[in-house]
Amino acid sequence: MTTRFFGAPVKRNEDRKLLTGQALFIDDVELPDMLHAAFLRSQVAHARIRSIDVSRALKRSGVVAVYTAGDLGAYWQPGPLLVPPPPIPGIVFNQRTQVPLAKDKVRHVGEPLAVVVAESRYIAEDALDDIEVDLEILSAVVDIEAGLGAAASHVHDDLGSNISAHVHQTKGDYHSAAAKADLILKRRFRYEHGISSPVETRGVVAHWDNRAGQMTIWDTTQAPVFVRNGLAAMLGLGERQVRVIAPFVGGGFGPKIMMFYPEEVMLPWISMRINRPVKWIEDRLEHFFATTHERGQIHDAEIAVASDGRILGIKDVFLHDGGAYDPYGLTVPINSQCTLLGPYVVPAYDSTFTAVFTNLPIVTPYRGAGRQHGVFVMERLLDLAAHELKIDPAEIRRRNLIPADAFPYRNEIIYQDFQPLEYDSGNYEPVLDKALEIIGYADFMAREQPELRAQGRHVGIGIACYVEGTGIGPYEGAKVQVQANGKVSVATGIGTQGQGHFTVFAQIAADQLGVDVTDVDIVTGDTDQFYWGAGTFASRGAVVAGNAVNEASRVVRRKALKLASDAFECSEDDLVIEGGKVSIVGIPEKFVRLGELAQRANPMRGAVKPGTEPGLESTQYFGPPSGATANGVHAMIVELDPQTFDLKILRYVVVHDCGTVINPMILAGQIHGGVAQGIGNAFYEKLSFDDQGQLLNASLADYLLPTALEVPRMELAHTMTPSPLNPMGIKGAGEAGAIPVGPLFAQAIEDALQLKEKNVELLEIPLSPSRLFELSRKATNV
Amino acid sequence: MEPDRHDIQVSVNGTSYRRSVESRMLLSDFLRHDLLLAGTHVGCEHGVCGACTILLDGVAVRSCLMLAVQANGQDLATVEGLAAPSGELHPVQQAMHDHHGLQCGYCTPGILMTMTAFLKENPQPSEEEVREALSGNLCRCTGYQNIVDAMMAAADMMRAQP
Repeated sequence: MTTRFFGAPVKRNEDRKLLTGQALFIDDVELPDMLHAAFLRSQVAHARIRSIDVSRALKRSGVVAVYTAGDLGAYWQPGPLLVPPPPIPGIVFNQRTQVPLAKDKVRHVGEPLAVVVAESRYIAEDALDDIEVDLEILSAVVDIEAGLGAAASHVHDDLGSNISAHVHQTKGDYHSAAAKADLILKRRFRYEHGISSPVETRGVVAHWDNRAGQMTIWDTTQAPVFVRNGLAAMLGLGERQVRVIAPFVGGGFGPKIMMFYPEEVMLPWISMRINRPVKWIEDRLEHFFATTHERGQIHDAEIAVASDGRILGIKDVFLHDGGAYDPYGLTVPINSQCTLLGPYVVPAYDSTFTAVFTNLPIVTPYRGAGRQHGVFVMERLLDLAAHELKIDPAEIRRRNLIPADAFPYRNEIIYQDFQPLEYDSGNYEPVLDKALEIIGYADFMAREQPELRAQGRHVGIGIACYVEGTGIGPYEGAKVQVQANGKVSVATGIGTQGQGHFTVFAQIAADQLGVDVTDVDIVTGDTDQFYWGAGTFASRGAVVAGNAVNEASRVVRRKALKLASDAFECSEDDLVIEGGKVSIVGIPEKFVRLGELAQRANPMRGAVKPGTEPGLESTQYFGPPSGATANGVHAMIVELDPQTFDLKILRYVVVHDCGTVINPMILAGQIHGGVAQGIGNAFYEKLSFDDQGQLLNASLADYLLPTALEVPRMELAHTMTPSPLNPMGIKGAGEAGAIPVGPLFAQAIEDALQLKEKNVELLEIPLSPSRLFELSRKATNV
Repeated sequence: MEPDRHDIQVSVNGTSYRRSVESRMLLSDFLRHDLLLAGTHVGCEHGVCGACTILLDGVAVRSCLMLAVQANGQDLATVEGLAAPSGELHPVQQAMHDHHGLQCGYCTPGILMTMTAFLKENPQPSEEEVREALSGNLCRCTGYQNIVDAMMAAADMMRAQP
């Protein structure tokens, strides 16, 4: 098979629609007779609901209905558990999932209390002001340490504590490893991740067609098939009666998969009840409370090392802020626990975490999904050890990298996909070498930095390594079909939020079927087009759905060759499939077009032979046994203003290995975007809550997303170690850019400002100019 | 209280529209939901993200910070009018495609409109000037690098055009 497109920087099929304003996003769905919903949300974090009076709202002209929890009857149910707890011995998990509308208590600011349905969104929002809510305000659980104290109020009264989960995992024996150590360092680390804040907020449009008995839901979800299955069950409908369409979605990054958001539960129910279509679009203020966050952990971690810098063991005890409910199970803290181990040989590991309920919005994965937190702890521990042992920070990393001949490498503890953590393949040292070479590490240390320092400039360098578990199961599928017009249609169940699926899947199919990439139409995220699947998360779309597209395309290719060999009465080996036709090798004028073969495969007369199917199509599934592990190294040179602590990134280098690459242009875009979000997380974005759980910076004017002035030009390079876990050898890349940026900032800023010499250690993320000012002033005052 | 309505006339991409609108209706909502020109996107409704940027008499403005009635009698341009009637993309669109300057594409219409106005004003910008001009538009997918490259290339293309 020729691979003309696989691996090439093919330009995107989806661009034209997006560039000309013709792509359908959720708020572009307009239906006749459509109503609009607005949600009344709690303005306090923790309160008992005494009463809600909607009578005045109902009298407002243009209001069609107002609902509170009491109106829902048996439909009012806590949501499902999206990801059950992994099979870890001794695990404690207290399931408390979110509800469609708050009934007895509100547990975070923004939790919905009532929904108004009106002829326009303007009227619906007017009517929110007409609703009288009487609340008995309770003290809020905001700080996770205080939340475990005896004096804390309880987010869930029946639980008797605020413990959402408790997990202990070990590898080897940390106690005896520590006994042999030359040095043990212990620190407290705080890492907060923020909000994904896609430029498009969430939205739902539900349309119940009573005559057809059919529910159609447009939803900005990353997992349309799960949403269909869940809502069908809740609404008492068959799955065939519910169609969920995830149209073009304006960025996801994790929080657009959550089962279920209250609005996803309410809108279809409202549409059935009123028998009219209804739309809800989240506004930006709502997004800060109503869409999930990732937020923080506090780690008390220690590293035991030998005098040559070799890691003997790590012990970590951490607290995880889970928010008011835990529908996503333990994915985020398990990722932190597992990813901490990174690309290093860690013979002994003892890790315990407690997930804590707080009166803050729900925590679910956001790009990186807890991996950042673990990587920060490990990378900072190595920096501290390097400093104490007077080993170069790059060198201490090199000495601990897993050697190339040690793969598959077993880390033993249970990962988020419920399998024992095992790295499928990798070759780590060349990645580090390449990063050091590109950024000119040795020259910077030996010459450039001393020279610039002599000129009074404050420049520093950072280097951070990480792994990314990607491409987990269970499975995805694809239906590949040659149409009578010769175009190839590919349908898959995952949703798309900008990852280039319309192009990379087309590249895979085009190579197998000998057509142009532009002759392949991709459908994603429409449950009527493809029935089965899981969704777009955990950097798995290209790996899992991509391999399914490849398998299905291969079967269609075989069918086409078989049909042509029958027609030409020749061996399949004598046929070539390219340019949209099958021809006889060496006789290009002897050909049949694919579209014609598709028509012949669906004849008007004659019989379809037993064991064969009509049509030139195939549906195939792919499920990897476990996730594929990608890895990378980021390196950065920064300059700081020692007065204002303003920061400028002078160089930013990413060297990355995600196995075989389908489209390097799209891969680079994924890395760029991930790094930009990592930079926001490291230095600009901080969710500032007061002690009553009020978010003090809930606007894009106050919560600072990086702009084109903060994100530098990035220099990218790749190595390629194919994954043995799938036929194409690919690993995911969606989250890699975002993962190691926090420790990189801490390390480079410490170096630039020579903070070690001032006894200042940067053990927290996010940092900011004002935080650096506080930390260095504290140090000066000592 | 009865809504306070006004008759307005606007020209969008050369087509004239007459409508009766509530005084409080945002220009962004008017374009998207009354005129069904949904290519203009709404990201924040408080003037920070720039997704809703359109041209008002050739000047880039945020349509979420204007009321429809304020556009009465004005000439507007939106993303739907950028490509030629033949379908040929405008240089800023073509360059975004060539340089992979968009991923989810939601912020893209605002960026195209902002940069069309900017490149008219400054046909030969430096990278720093492009970044400055772009800094009022948030993109959460691309890290901006490819957008910057696209705009430098678009500037070249536009200068080369007669």
